[in-house]
Amino acid sequence: MLIAVILALAVGTYGFRVTGVLLRDRLELPEWSRQLLPVGAAALLAALAATAALTEAGGFAGYARPAGVLVGLALAWRRAPFVLVVVAAAGTTALLRLLGVA
Amino acid sequence: MRTAYRTGDRGVLRDVAAIGAAMVAVGASFGAVAVAAGLPAWAALAMSVFLYAGGAQFMAVGLVAAGSPLAAVLAGLLLNARHLPFGLALGGTLGQRRWQRLLGSHLMTDEATAFALARPAGPGRRRAFWLAGTLLFLAWNAGTLLGVLAGGAVGDPGALGLDAAFPAGLAALLLPSLRDRDTRRVALAGAGLAVLATPLLPAGMPVLLALAAVVVPALRGRRAAGADSVPDGTAPAGSGKKDGVAPSGADDAGQVVRAGEASC
Repeated sequence: MLIAVILALAVGTYGFRVTGVLLRDRLELPEWSRQLLPVGAAALLAALAATAALTEAGGFAGYARPAGVLVGLALAWRRAPFVLVVVAAAGTTALLRLLGVA
Repeated sequence: MRTAYRTGDRGVLRDVAAIGAAMVAVGASFGAVAVAAGLPAWAALAMSVFLYAGGAQFMAVGLVAAGSPLAAVLAGLLLNARHLPFGLALGGTLGQRRWQRLLGSHLMTDEATAFALARPAGPGRRRAFWLAGTLLFLAWNAGTLLGVLAGGAVGDPGALGLDAAFPAGLAALLLPSLRDRDTRRVALAGAGLAVLATPLLPAGMPVLLALAAVVVPALRGRRAAGADSVPDGTAPAGSGKKDGVAPSGADDAGQVVRAGEASC
């Protein structure tokens, strides 16, 4: 049973991944829709970042996480190095939790 | 102008390493959680190698442990459906050869996609994808192995704030492309839609819903065209990019500020 679950998830997920890549070759996409693909990907990534920053299991993730992400984003905005963005975001959230902020 | 991180391959390597370090820790937490939930070690390792999708893996462990294997499959696949549009957007980025596309597809994650799309199309983007894809795959699997071996000795990644590291990293990679007005509007609308829909829809759906936001520039373009009393129908869909009436500088600045708020 466990093998079947892992297999189904692995095959299905790879199917999604490879279908998009191979479909791009096959489809004769008009120019306007080709321009839309990176925009759509940006919308997906923005949605992932926003939901990951704000929500947990369908509810609010608490204040510590979005506060950390906000600090990271402010640094990214000021063109700080990427490593600093990531470390500062995690550090802020960790510090807030250490201080008892959920 | 598309990349704030105007660094060479070595810079990409350093940036990927930062996310990779966080991935080792979260991978270790996955391995430990899976074993603690009663899964055999081989199952945790097999998931990280063959499924290679963090969110779906945690979800599957929870649902399998709760005795709902079918729900684990359905929920995991729903969560991973976003990879199809990612693949469409990446397309030939993975390489010209067939094996490159077949192998590269398996390495496609949110982070590898973000690292690739943050660079201009071309060889640099391909190298960024493969660098991020390979390194993060190794990091995730090394982490899982550590977690399986160390079990309960693995700390809580939440205490390290790692749950903030991933969205911050994604947002930072996305930020440069948000300088384009249409992309910014779509991304903000998509992020807003997804957050609002999260309490209402099963996991995975809210993010897919964000795709609906690609119509936003077309709507704006049509409205702008209407305001200029251009007869309806002369502005084809998708023309908003060029002929949309430019908003005032203040409006633009407002959009930028909202960009910051929305992605947090």
